[in-house]
Amino acid sequence: MAKHLLRFTVNGEYHELYVKPKRLLVDVLRDELGLTGTKRACNTGACAACTVLLNGVSVKSCSVLALQADGAEITTVEGLADGAKLSPLQRSFLDHGAYQCGFCTPGMLLSAKALLDENPKPTKEEIREGIHGNICRCTGYNSIIRAVTAVAKGKYKEK
Amino acid sequence: MKKYTVINTPVHNIDGIAKVTGQAMYTFDIKLPHMLYGKILRSPHPHAKILKINTRKAKRLTGVKAVVTGKDTLGIKQGIWRRYKELCDEEILARSKVRYIGEPVAAVAAVDEDTAEEALDFIEVEYEILPAVFDPLEAIKEGAPRVHEHAERNINVTRHIEWGDIDEGFKKADYIREDWFRVSTQAHVCMETHNAVASYTPEGKLTVWTSTQSHYYIKVLLADILGLKENDIRVISRYTGGGFGSKFELDSAQFCSSLLSMKLCRPVKIVLMRDEEFMATKRRTPMFYYLRTGVKKDGKFLAKEARVYTEGGAYTSMGATALYLTGFFQTFPYTWPSYRYDGYRVYTNTEPSSAMRGFGAPQATFTAETQIDLIADELGIDPIEIRRKNGMYPGYEVPGQARIQSCGLSQCLDKIEEWIKSRGKLPPNRGIGVAAYGFMSGGIFNWFDTPYAFSSALIQVNIDGKVDLFVGSQDMGQGSNTTLSMICAEELGVRLEDIRLHMGDTDTCPVDLGAWGSRETLMQGNAVKMAAADVKRQILEFAAAKLGPNIVYDLDIKDRWVHLIARPERGLPYYDVVKEAIRGKNGQPLMGRGHYTPHRKGMISPAYSFGVQAVEAEVDTETGKITLKNCVTAHDCGQVINPLGVEGQLEGAMAMAAGYGFTEDLPMDEGKILNPNLVDYKVLRATEMPETKIIEVETYEPEGPFGAKEAGEGLTNPTAGALGNAIYHAAGISIKNLPISAEKVLIALREKKEKGKIKKSGN
Repeated sequence: MAKHLLRFTVNGEYHELYVKPKRLLVDVLRDELGLTGTKRACNTGACAACTVLLNGVSVKSCSVLALQADGAEITTVEGLADGAKLSPLQRSFLDHGAYQCGFCTPGMLLSAKALLDENPKPTKEEIREGIHGNICRCTGYNSIIRAVTAVAKGKYKEK
Repeated sequence: MKKYTVINTPVHNIDGIAKVTGQAMYTFDIKLPHMLYGKILRSPHPHAKILKINTRKAKRLTGVKAVVTGKDTLGIKQGIWRRYKELCDEEILARSKVRYIGEPVAAVAAVDEDTAEEALDFIEVEYEILPAVFDPLEAIKEGAPRVHEHAERNINVTRHIEWGDIDEGFKKADYIREDWFRVSTQAHVCMETHNAVASYTPEGKLTVWTSTQSHYYIKVLLADILGLKENDIRVISRYTGGGFGSKFELDSAQFCSSLLSMKLCRPVKIVLMRDEEFMATKRRTPMFYYLRTGVKKDGKFLAKEARVYTEGGAYTSMGATALYLTGFFQTFPYTWPSYRYDGYRVYTNTEPSSAMRGFGAPQATFTAETQIDLIADELGIDPIEIRRKNGMYPGYEVPGQARIQSCGLSQCLDKIEEWIKSRGKLPPNRGIGVAAYGFMSGGIFNWFDTPYAFSSALIQVNIDGKVDLFVGSQDMGQGSNTTLSMICAEELGVRLEDIRLHMGDTDTCPVDLGAWGSRETLMQGNAVKMAAADVKRQILEFAAAKLGPNIVYDLDIKDRWVHLIARPERGLPYYDVVKEAIRGKNGQPLMGRGHYTPHRKGMISPAYSFGVQAVEAEVDTETGKITLKNCVTAHDCGQVINPLGVEGQLEGAMAMAAGYGFTEDLPMDEGKILNPNLVDYKVLRATEMPETKIIEVETYEPEGPFGAKEAGEGLTNPTAGALGNAIYHAAGISIKNLPISAEKVLIALREKKEKGKIKKSGN
């Protein structure tokens, strides 16, 4: 199978690489770019552990072909913090204990970010809807809802 | 001075930043130089003889490096029952017979996953299909197909518990009630699927990275089955993406990757796909449950008889313990003057059933709490009142089984009663159900036959006062790394950021049996506390020499201040004392050692947690759909160490337990699981989770570090029962067959209507 050229920007870094047409975005991010923060837990788009932002929209990277991301800007969990400065959602997740085993956390953070980018003042129900696709087997979600709510209320506003 | 400076304060988990930044390196993320990828071929038949396996074509495929089958193994039947060899019945890579759909028969290593996957299609297995049996009540009959040659009527193990005069109890009873229940299975659904990277080198050493709840168990089990010395194997597991009871037995990823790596002397990585995870990594034990209960008309419990038949699946697994524990916890958290339990674990041609969070207790609690509400309703007694009348209390002895020390059950009942009253009158089709529960705080069982202490800890204090803490426990997300660091910091009198915890590596960490049976806080916690006390004693010896106090004075360290307890202002900075102490020890860093093994603590556990949960639920009488509205839990976990951690554990357990109650199940057709994916297997989503409220009832447990007990597992017990009771009070229907699906609710509503019995809501 011939490889095709993929050109895209991930967390602000431009990449050019050759990939097979059937290669999934999640595998290219993890295996080719070494961005293992993005997880894969079902391979059928049912758990959203692999969520990344593609041009600002949350997508399940196990259900996107890498070549579909040609020309796109991708954000993964590695792109949320600025050096040692964590993003508001990351800080809030820490304060609220909104993670346990941590395996769903990268996807959860990106789904929450996509939600807040689109709707900065969501209701609790809208937050629940916003992360409905993400399975977390550890927390029971309510600590995550509290963490996202705190960010939406401006508690973690960057000064 | 404040009693505690570290414990019971909300802190960030010590591995939190690694987790929210994506830096945490799970086994799933490991990639070694020259690494190969493995895949496992699994049986499509529930019961068959393996006549022949031809691997020639698969081996010829470009990129395939090795294929192994049962013939490449030592043919050892293994299991965690190293003290009871007859219960070690699983080869992992079957040699002559397969007993469930999904059982491994061959494994391939290739240059990439796609090639390995493709190679599986080229392995030819010739099977002779045998008659199979799936239902334990069928399997136990004379003449049923035999799953194992040695097991007559497919009985794998039996368990019996008895105390008091049960016949006398029933004779005295004013009211006797009999019920049959069927409690379903549940998949663990760890977000990180079972996996391993094995690397064998020509020196004869094997290193295995794996997602596990017990690196020590995996090391020893691998040594047994591979014929290696225990300490020629190193198991590493820094981060584990969930366990819930599914990751402390040896699994196919660990065994097959090791076998392949030993053949090739190259690293081999195997990650199970989600469908394999559902089919072949074990599950919660389904049970048929018979209960006969006799009470006085004032609600006082007199006698209970319980009989259980479990669908064991193809192998013993951890199922024998689940069988015992369900019998034991059937009586919890109540005082029964007489009790008789008979449990039968029955082999079937299905995926083995085993340990899962709660370990037999959720099944017991659902059946017991459902029946108690039915009894209370018959006798016209309030559900809280009947529980209060019969509840366990501090100092109670479960005859021949256990001694209860701390027990906050009655305070929990008070808190829940208050909350129920505060809800006032509920809208139609809505009800509140309660369930009370208790759970062990550290399983005493040593089926594994470890010669080591159950938990050990080592501490090294360095010249700058920073502390290296070495523990054998495993953090699978429950937060033990943080809890243990807090215990260490508190005992030693330093701050949390002074502790550097080392875990998840059998080469550098002392032995701990692992994260199961709610062990870590109490057992590993006690070992850590002892090690910290050991090293603190050495620091205080130097400080005493330096301060020269009156000999009657005692010294202590709090928040990095070494001082006289009676005169806290008289002291020295911890950092300074440590520097001098190390000089005084000929330059040796200060070392502390601690260990814990329960002695004379009964059959089950050194301590027990307690609680009461109320679930408010609404039933849609048109569709049968259940909506959770509120869930309030009053929980006694002794002294809280990490409040944020406790809250997270309680909420998370409740979500999993609610799934067990009404959405999760593994329906099968002739042994084939029909929903091995996360679309059709329904774990709770964020939109289905109700508002939760946690009420901490603090007690002091003399057996626990700083008085602490378990907080993560016991809460898996009450939710299904509380939910069932809520539905009973909302709609007048009692469902005795888990999960309480919309379909079952609808059928029950229809039956109730047909019978024309209109039952008044109890709440």
